[in-house]
Amino acid sequence: MEVLQEEILISPEKKETMYVSGGVALLEGLIAEGVDTIFGYPGGAIMPIYDALYDYKEKLNHILVRHEQGGIHAGQGYARSSGKVGVVFATSGPGATNLITGLADAQIDSTPLVCITGQVFAHLLGTDAFQETDVINITTPVTKWNYQVTDATEIPEVMAKAFHIARSGRPGPVLIDITKNAQIQKFDFEGYEICNHVRSYRPKPIVRNEYVEQAAELINQAKKPFVIWGQGVILGEAEKEFQAFIEKTNIPAAWTILGVSAIPTDHELNVGMLGMHGNYGPNVLTNECDVLIAIGMRFDDRVTGRLDKYAKQAKIIHLDIDPAEIDKNVQTTVPVWGDCKETLPLLMNLCDQKKHTEWLQLFRDYQQKEVDAVIDVELKPKSGELTMGEVINQLNILTNGEAIIVTDVGQHQMVACRYAKFNKTRSNITSGGLGTMGFALPAAIGAKFGAPERTVVSVSGDGGFQMTIQELGTIMQTGIDVKMIILNNRFLGMVRQWQDMFNDKRYSFVDIQSPDFVAVAAAYRIEGKCISEREQLQSSLKEMLEHKGSYLLEVMVTKENNVFPMVPQGCSVSEIRLK
Amino acid sequence: MSIQHLNNIITGKQEYNITVYTENQIGLLNRIAIIFTRRKINIESLNTSPSEIDSIHRFDIVLNETEEVVRKLARQIEKQVEVLKVYYHTNEEIIWQEMALYKVPTDTIAEKVLVERLLREHGARAVVIRKDYTVFETTGHRTETDNLLEALQPYGLIEFVRSARIAIIKSSEGFNRKLREFEQLEPGQEVSENEFLSSRDKVFTM
Ligand SMILES: Cc1ncc(C[n+]2csc(CCOP(=O)(O)OP(=O)(O)O)c2C)c(N)n1
Repeated sequence: MEVLQEEILISPEKKETMYVSGGVALLEGLIAEGVDTIFGYPGGAIMPIYDALYDYKEKLNHILVRHEQGGIHAGQGYARSSGKVGVVFATSGPGATNLITGLADAQIDSTPLVCITGQVFAHLLGTDAFQETDVINITTPVTKWNYQVTDATEIPEVMAKAFHIARSGRPGPVLIDITKNAQIQKFDFEGYEICNHVRSYRPKPIVRNEYVEQAAELINQAKKPFVIWGQGVILGEAEKEFQAFIEKTNIPAAWTILGVSAIPTDHELNVGMLGMHGNYGPNVLTNECDVLIAIGMRFDDRVTGRLDKYAKQAKIIHLDIDPAEIDKNVQTTVPVWGDCKETLPLLMNLCDQKKHTEWLQLFRDYQQKEVDAVIDVELKPKSGELTMGEVINQLNILTNGEAIIVTDVGQHQMVACRYAKFNKTRSNITSGGLGTMGFALPAAIGAKFGAPERTVVSVSGDGGFQMTIQELGTIMQTGIDVKMIILNNRFLGMVRQWQDMFNDKRYSFVDIQSPDFVAVAAAYRIEGKCISEREQLQSSLKEMLEHKGSYLLEVMVTKENNVFPMVPQGCSVSEIRLK
Repeated sequence: MSIQHLNNIITGKQEYNITVYTENQIGLLNRIAIIFTRRKINIESLNTSPSEIDSIHRFDIVLNETEEVVRKLARQIEKQVEVLKVYYHTNEEIIWQEMALYKVPTDTIAEKVLVERLLREHGARAVVIRKDYTVFETTGHRTETDNLLEALQPYGLIEFVRSARIAIIKSSEGFNRKLREFEQLEPGQEVSENEFLSSRDKVFTM
C-alpha cells in the first residue's frame, strides 16, 4: 500500500529520461543553452563528441578552423559581436595547448567562452599516455573556472555551471576537459537544467546606497569631473544608462580601447581615447580633473602610465562589478561596487544637471592642438606615401561607422582604434589586454558568425596577418564574408617604433618579409588587390565593401611612420608627447 | 631581534593569517597557490583541513607581507568561483598553534639528565620510545618549537619536522550561519560583500 502511494506521488514528476552517451548529453546541453555555432578541430581524444555531432549537423553549426588558436579567437570574436557565449572544441594534448593564447586573451579581456577539450581515458590519466597533457593545471591561471569530467553523469550539471559562470558577473573563459570514457559512457539523461546559482559564487554584488550617495555628492560638487569608461559598460549592456548619465551631468567622457563603441564616436561628450596612444586632452586632463569617475574599466598600465603620477589631485569614484578591481591599481575615494546597469541609473538620479561648459572647452582646445599637430597630417596627407590613418578615414566615410572593425596588434591597431568611427555598440573587437598578434583574422570570422547582418572588416599588419594566415582556409570552406585590410609597412611597425624612439634606431629583427598576400588569398579562392596609390584608395575600399563575399585589400603604407601622441612607458599621462 | 623582524619594521610587513572557506574541489589548491606564486610571494605555511561544516573546506595560510598586499591577495582568492569567503588576521587576532616532532637517540636521553630536563621544560611529550630513538612532540608557537630544536641540536637530533600553522579566529562566530546565506539565491549583504568594504567606514570627507 505504501509503496503504491509513493509511486503515485513520484510518477507525475518523473522526467522522461533518455539513455545517451556523454557526447550526446553535451550537445543537448549546448542546444539547451541556445548555442548555434561551435568553432573546433577534432582529434583522437574528442572523437566520441564529434561522432555525436554527426547527427546534430542540422542544429549545431560546427566551423572547422585551421588551428585551435584560430578556433578560440573566432569564439572570442563571436562572443564579442553577439554578446553570447563562444563555444570551442579541441582535442587533448596539442589541441588543448593550442588554446592557451586564446584563453589568456579571453581571461584578460573578460570574454565569455566555454571550451571543451577531449582528454585521454580516465584510467590513463597521469601515465603520460599518447596526447595526454595536464590541461586543467596549465589552464588554471587563464580560466575563470575549469573542471575535468571523468564520468558522463556529471556532464549536464557541469555544462550548466560552465555557461552560468562564463556569462555572469565579470565574464570569462571556462574550460571543461572530458575524458574519452565519459564521452562514450551511456547513462540515463534526465534533461538539462539551466544553472543560475552556484553557492560559492557571487557574480553580482549588492549595491550599497551609501556609496552611490557619496559618489553623487562628489559629482555634484565637482567643478572638473571626468568620466573614463571601459568594456564593463558593454559587458553590462549598460550603454543607454551610461549615455543618459553623462548627458544629464554633461561630463566629458573618454574611453579605453575595449570600451570605445559603447556610445557613438561623434557624441559631443565623447572626448576620445585614453592611454599610451590615446588623445592629448584626455591624457593631460586626467591630471587636472577634480573628480575622476571610472566606469567598468580596470586602470590598466597602458591607460594609466606611471601610477604614482596618475590623477593624484582627483577624488576617484570607481564603478566595477569585480571587487578585486577596487583599489587594485588606483586607490579609490568611493567604490561603487556593482553591476553598472544597476548603479548608473541610481547614480544618475542623485546627480544634478550641470553644464561644465568651460571644462568641456578645455578638451576641445587640446583636441584642436592634436588635430593641428598630428591628426590632419595622418588623416589627410597631401603628398607622399599612403598613411594608415587615411585608410581608416576613408573606411569611415564608406561604412559610416556601421561596420564591426576587428583589429590585430601593433601600430595599425592604435591607428584604427584612434580614428575608426563607431555608431553601434559591440563594433570594436581587438585584443586589448593581451595584445595578441594574429587575433584579427580569426576573430573577424567569429564576429561575422556572431553578427551575420553586419559588415565585418579586419585590419591587420603585415606581421600579425602571417600569424594566423591559415584561417583563410576557414573562410574558403565556410564562404563567410569578411573584409580584410592589411596595412603593410614592411616592418613589425610597433616594435620598430620603440627601437626608433628608445633604442637609437637599432632596428633589431623588425624587418619582416611577406608573401604576395593577394596571391595567397587567391590560392584560397578569395579575391583581393594590393594598392599603393592615393587615387586608388577610396575606389578600392569601395570595391572591397561592395564585393560579394570575402575580400583582401593590401595597402602599402609608409614604412617608418610613428604613432603619436604617445605616453612613453614609465611616464605620467600628462607627459604625453605629440612628436 | 631576528633579521626578519628588523626587515619587517623597515618594510611594514608582518605575519598575516589568511583563512579561506571553500568547496571541497580538486584543483582548488593549485588555483589558490598560483595566486601567490604568480606574484612571487612566499607562503610561509599552508594547512588544509575540514571546517566545522561537513562539505566546506578550510585553508589556513600564513605569509609575511604588508596589509595592502594581503588585502589584494585576499580579494583575488575570494574571486575564485569555489571560494566562499576569505578572512585575514594578524597574529594578535587569532589563537594559533604549530606542532613539531623531534627524533632523538634514546641513549643520550637516558645518559644525559640535562636532555630530559630540557624536554620537560619545553613541555615535550614522548610519542614513541624505542631502544634506538625516541620521538617527542611539542605544540606551540614558532619560537617555542624553534627553541627546543636549537637546544636539541647538540644532542644528536636525528630528525625534525614541524606542521603548518592552524589558527582559530578570536572574533569568529563560525561559518554555519554564513553558509545558509550563501545557499540562498539572494543572499544578505554580509556574504556578498567582502570584508574590506564593510569595514571601510568613513569613505571620504569633503
Ligand atoms: C604573439 C605576439 N608576438 C609578439 C608581439 C609583440 N609585438 C607587438 S606589436 C608587434 C609588431 C606588429 O607588426 P605588424 O603586425 O606588422 O603591425 P604594425 O605594428 O606594423 O602595424 C610585435 C612584434 C605581440 N604583440 N604578439
